[in-house]
Amino acid sequence: MDSLGIDVLFKGTNFVRLLQGLWISVEISMISVAFSIVLGTVVGMFMTVRNRIVKIVLKTYLEIVRIMPQMVLLFIVYFGTTRVFQWDISAEAAAIFVFVFWGTAEMGDLVRGSIKSIPKIQFESAYALGMNKFQTYYYIIFPQTIRRLIPLSINLITRMIKTTSLVMMIGIVEVLKIAQQIVEANRNSSPNAAFGVFAVVFLLYFIVCWPISRFSVYLEKRWA
Amino acid sequence: MKRKFLRRVVSGLLVLSVVAAAFTGCGSASASENSSKDSDSASYRTLDEIKESGTINIGVFSDKSPFGYVDENGDYAGYDVYLAEQIGKDLGVKINYVSTEAANRIEYLQTGKVDIILANFTVTEERAQEVDFANPYMNVALGVVSPENAVVTSLDDLKDDDEVIVISGTTAETYLTKNYPNIKLQKYDAYAEAKTAFENGNGVAWANDNTEVIAFANENPGYKVGIASLGEQDTIAPAVTKGNETLLKWLNEELETLGSQQFFHKDYEETLLDTYGADYEETLVVEGTK
Repeated sequence: MDSLGIDVLFKGTNFVRLLQGLWISVEISMISVAFSIVLGTVVGMFMTVRNRIVKIVLKTYLEIVRIMPQMVLLFIVYFGTTRVFQWDISAEAAAIFVFVFWGTAEMGDLVRGSIKSIPKIQFESAYALGMNKFQTYYYIIFPQTIRRLIPLSINLITRMIKTTSLVMMIGIVEVLKIAQQIVEANRNSSPNAAFGVFAVVFLLYFIVCWPISRFSVYLEKRWA
Repeated sequence: MKRKFLRRVVSGLLVLSVVAAAFTGCGSASASENSSKDSDSASYRTLDEIKESGTINIGVFSDKSPFGYVDENGDYAGYDVYLAEQIGKDLGVKINYVSTEAANRIEYLQTGKVDIILANFTVTEERAQEVDFANPYMNVALGVVSPENAVVTSLDDLKDDDEVIVISGTTAETYLTKNYPNIKLQKYDAYAEAKTAFENGNGVAWANDNTEVIAFANENPGYKVGIASLGEQDTIAPAVTKGNETLLKWLNEELETLGSQQFFHKDYEETLLDTYGADYEETLVVEGTK
């Protein structure tokens, strides 16, 4: 154990700090995920609309999110808005905004794909039964869409949790940054600490992400 | 029915875009008003504003031991932080430490999100155009380490087939290629590879930043830094937002006062002695004067 450097985690308040950092990562990603799912569902429905203007606007939005690295978005929102508009938004708010901006686009595209994948005959049968648009979507299309969405959105959610490590670039001290701090502070006394500390961080990310994927398996089974 | 739905969507979007336009229009109008009102202090806080607020924002490294790091109790510590603490004390304000990265230090100053950067910031001409540097408090240069039984004290003494180890992309590589084109270089991509090669005796000496080679010689018995300071001397200094003259002036006076009290020697002994040893105190420390 000593040679792996895990012992540095038990010095002082190191482990508590690591957990506090984990909470910050989880907090930012959970708020962002919640907003992204709601907004993404709405945006995804608009993406299936046949209107050309709506399509162009949403396509542009999605492409911007795909092309721009999240780091660039973080810099634009946190530093850029201060430069141009003198807005002083907190780093946490900037991070959540960027993650929602990103998550909404990707979630929207997943929702669009799932709706499109429902065979046309489902719509036609519903209309033939005399259902209106709302009833068709509410009773026929959405239940099927959501089932297809689960594995896809779980991928997105876990990806968002892991990407929160980028927020250290705008000064938020989250779990990975604290791990680096602990490793560096013990550079001389235990040079191998990097291995042990990052192994623990891996375990922490796993503890957060694993229940989410178990939950999705449960939902998939229940709704299958 | 489909038509109707579409029309509704389109008109809804139109309303939305009008609202959005109005909102952003208002936003930019008020922002420009603000900036014209106090264009002098738009991106930084003056000395009086900092004192009035009771808190100073100082950007430091949180993972660069022994200059700026966080100890096991969660407190900031290190050579840079030691100075920051003194600045806070002398200003009579609380310190809010902001954890910065090498890549965002200038950005933090230019947007006024920190008042001072104390993150081992090397003074360069390019950076001086973006931010204002105060007086230096540390020296950095290149250094050369070699085995104790064959110490290289001057690069001119090297024989024709002697090879010097460098890490690709470092200042050491650039400097040696430019100024000593006849010396054969052995280039490695990473610190760990260069270290292993040097320990295996692949080269007669290893050239790198002097803080790095001094720390190496200190940690590994049997090696000696023959040349502690080679090439151009660079300095490390606090930096403030460009144009923040009140804070810069105060900072320079503070650094000179501290320098006259040998503050930075004390700082070195408290924070750097373990890593660099007593021999290099005079090489590394600058007492706050230009």
